[in-house]
Order: sequence, then structure tokens, then C-alpha cells
Amino acid sequence: MNSFGLTIAVPRGALLVETLDLLDGLGIDTAEVRSNDRKLLFEDVGIVTMRPSDVLTYVESGAADIGITGKDVLMEQRERQVFELLDLGFGPCRMVLASREGPDAGDEALRRLGVVRVATKYPRIAADYMERTGRQAEIVEVKGSVELAPLTGMVETIVDLTATGTTLRENGLVIREDIARSTARLVANRVALRVKAAAIDEVVERLRG
Amino acid sequence: MNYRIPSGTRDILPDEQRELRAIESALLRTFDDFGYGEVSTPAVEYEETLRAGGVGALPSYRVLDDHGESLALRADMTVPIARVVATRYGTAEPPLRFCYIANAYRAVRPHRGQMREFLQAGIELVGAPGAQGTAEALTVLSRAIEATGLRRFQIGLGDASLYPALLDAFEVRGEARERLLNELSSRDFVGLDRAVGSLEISEEAARTLMSVPRLRGGPEVLDAANDPVSAAVGGLRDVLALLDGDIAARVIVDLGRAPRLGYYTGPMFEVYDPELGEPLGGGGRYDELLGRFGRPLPAVGFAVGVDLLHAALTGEERSAQGPATGEEGHS
Repeated sequence: MNSFGLTIAVPRGALLVETLDLLDGLGIDTAEVRSNDRKLLFEDVGIVTMRPSDVLTYVESGAADIGITGKDVLMEQRERQVFELLDLGFGPCRMVLASREGPDAGDEALRRLGVVRVATKYPRIAADYMERTGRQAEIVEVKGSVELAPLTGMVETIVDLTATGTTLRENGLVIREDIARSTARLVANRVALRVKAAAIDEVVERLRG
Repeated sequence: MNYRIPSGTRDILPDEQRELRAIESALLRTFDDFGYGEVSTPAVEYEETLRAGGVGALPSYRVLDDHGESLALRADMTVPIARVVATRYGTAEPPLRFCYIANAYRAVRPHRGQMREFLQAGIELVGAPGAQGTAEALTVLSRAIEATGLRRFQIGLGDASLYPALLDAFEVRGEARERLLNELSSRDFVGLDRAVGSLEISEEAARTLMSVPRLRGGPEVLDAANDPVSAAVGGLRDVLALLDGDIAARVIVDLGRAPRLGYYTGPMFEVYDPELGEPLGGGGRYDELLGRFGRPLPAVGFAVGVDLLHAALTGEERSAQGPATGEEGHS
């Protein structure tokens, strides 16, 4: 366990390195996490590693006291009973609506068919956004590369997260609309936030710097 | 043969039932010692009645009866007891003290381990206003949980009227006010800071609106408060002063509680145990609900989840038997 007595949920993937840098700054030794990408549980330093989309599950249940994940995950899993404590600023990206280059196939589908098909890994964000903007949409949830969906003609548009837009561009897709911005956030379990108030406040203070 | 039961419901077999009964008896004994009489009400009522409160835990499951009237399963016991008070005790001299152990029914999200049917134990204290009544409810709560054998539980104590009072003091109104309350009740401090940052108020007021909901700790949290926070936490200070020392020692003052369930009007509380990632129960003061049933009386009550209490007890037992994980020495 680390000196704070807190179990910390750490996201593997794009947010991992900056998250570990942050924890180093708190005096938590992350050397083993960096060197071993198969191990998941690092009890000596109070770290558990997982996919970013699982962080809220572990924090909500209390299996982890605090965790780091993207705002995109918080938006998609809005009903999770966790506290969002801090915008950590790193891992900036945008939630966008994109479609194939050329005339907007989404517009045409809406105009002629009355409904647009949207592929996404974020069905709630996509559905909310289409509803908010007054468009009928059929949301198609996919687990892997969303870019494939419009290229094969399965859908007209996609809603996805992008940092630089490179993958979209390389697949011949263009960003049509900006939906939201996302950065890494610090979240806490609702019981830990009260029962371990002092430790969590110290982490927040030091991260706020 | 293997017959299914609906997800979110379960069978209880003798080994578990025996342990649950022991918990229920300990709770009921304590309620009885404090003069709370046990009541039972129908699990199914007219939907119209369950919605008459207009707030709080609204029913999720309904059927039409043979006359076309809509019946619903209760989502808690507070609303049915408000009905009982208005209907059966229309002229009785308050205070009235009731307790219950009863199933309640709520909608669940799939794959989240939530129960549609769950057993609640609790009390309602009707017609005992102010800090005195709240302190009594907290005392019964604390003594009842102690009687089950749970040792390490703590009680988070906040006030639903605190943040609205601060918004009044700083003259934050209309849409901005709604937005702040919404960020707070959705537990989003990042959003709260942004919403406060967009207000046209003094720097000091902004600092107060951002920092107060983050304050948790012992009674010193209340001492440190200056105006207008100090005025707004007066009610909590009164409650704390009335509690026995050992109960006050379990209290975590929490100025970040938002009026989520709608019917809470003043102090509200939650029970935490380090063995559980979710509160095992809670309650608060709801001075307006009974008025909606035509008997305007102040009231305070709580409910604890019997299954959650059981889970916390087994967790504490396991921890006491020796650490299975590498966490010893760090608690």
C-alpha cells in the first residue's frame, strides 16, 4: 500500500504514462507498473491497472478508492455514483461527429430517409447528442475501429474520440461537428471520499499544485 | 429442473436467513426500546398515492387492476408511512414514532448487481421538529446498528438546505442556481468550479461556493466556518451538541451533501462502513412531505439496507480474523 492508504485505479492505454508521472510526483513508486505490462494488481504501491472504461466500475464499487480516467468515460457512464474531483488536464481529445469526405452522407440520409445511422463506442453520448440537436438517429454500437463502419456503408456517420484527427484523416473521414472536449479526471468512491477524507484531500491538494 | 427468477430478486436459504433474522431482531429490539411501534403496509398501493409526495423514490413497477386503476410497488416506506399518518392518525397528538422492516422495489440497471427487491429497516419520527428530533433519529440509528454488532461504521451528516442558503446569500438565482445545484447533486466538482467561475460574484463568494461542498471532517469543520456559512450550519451544530459523545465521534460532518432525494429539507445523513463501497443506509429531515398528504407535520427518518448491513458485518468479521491482503498496518 502507498503512504496515502488509498487503492488507486490506473487506466492502461493513452493515459497511462502521464498518470504514472503524476503518481511519481506524489511519491508513489510506479517503476514496477511501468516495467510489467502483464501484471494488473500492484499491492505494494496500492495500484490496480485496467482499461479506462473499467475505472468507474472499480471506483464505484469501492474496489478502488480513487481513480483516473477520461471525461469521455464519465460522460458515457453518467449514472455511475462517483465523485469527479479534479481536471488533470492531460490526455486532451475531442468527441466528434465525422463522415466520409465529400458531400455529407449524414445530411443526405436525414433529408431523404428521415434517419441517420451513427456508429460509435459511445452510444449514450451519441444518442444524447443526436436527440439534443433534433435529429432522428439509429445508433449502432461497435467495439473496435469505428472508422470502418462508414467505409463499408454500414452507417453514414460516426461519433468518436479523437486526439489529433490523424486516424480519421487516414481513413478518408472528415470531422463535421464538435460534440465535447475531454481530458483526464480524478474520481473518487463516495464512501472513501468521506471515510478517507484527509488522504484524498491531500492527494487533490498536491495534484492541484 | 431449473426455473428462473427475475434478475434483481433472490431466494434466501436457511443459513443466510438465520443471520438476517439476527440482524432484524437486534434492529427491532432497539427501535422498540426507543418507543417506536412497528407497522406493516401493503407492498402494492395506488400509484397516485405513492406519487402524491411528488418527490423522492418514485415507484418503478405498476400494473392495472381489474377496475383499470394503476397499482404500483412501493419504492420506500417513507411515503406509505406518510399516508398512514395522514389517514389513520389524522388527529393523533404528535410526536408519533413508527418503525418497519419491509421490502421495497426499485428499477435497476442491467449488470450492476442492483436489487429490484430489497429489505429495508428504518424509523419515521413524526412531529418532532428541529435538532431535537434529528438527534433522536441519529441516536436510534446509531444504537440500532451497534446492536447488530457492526463496529466501524460512521455517519456522514450534512444539510440539504446548506448550499441553497449560500446561493441565497450570494444572490445566485434562476438558471445559474439550477446549474450549480445540478453539478453538486451529480457529484461533479470540476463542473461545479466551472459553473461558479462563470458567475458574476465577488472572488470571496466564488471561493466559498467552491470550497464549502468539499469540506468533510469532524466538528471542527463547523467551527472553521465564517459567515454566511456559519449561519447556514447552525442547524448541524445544534444536532451535534445533542448527540452522546460516542455517537458524535462517529459523525463525519459533510458540507457537500446535495438535496438529491427531493424530500429532504434539512439535515440529512448516510451510514458508511469501510468494508462497503456504498452507503448502507441513510435518512434525513423531510418537513414538507406530510403536508402533501394533508397533515403538515415535521418529520425525520432513516432506512438501512438489511442486506448491506449483513455484507458489512461479514466484511468486518473477515477483517477481524486477520488480514488476507497486504494492507495491514496502513489503516
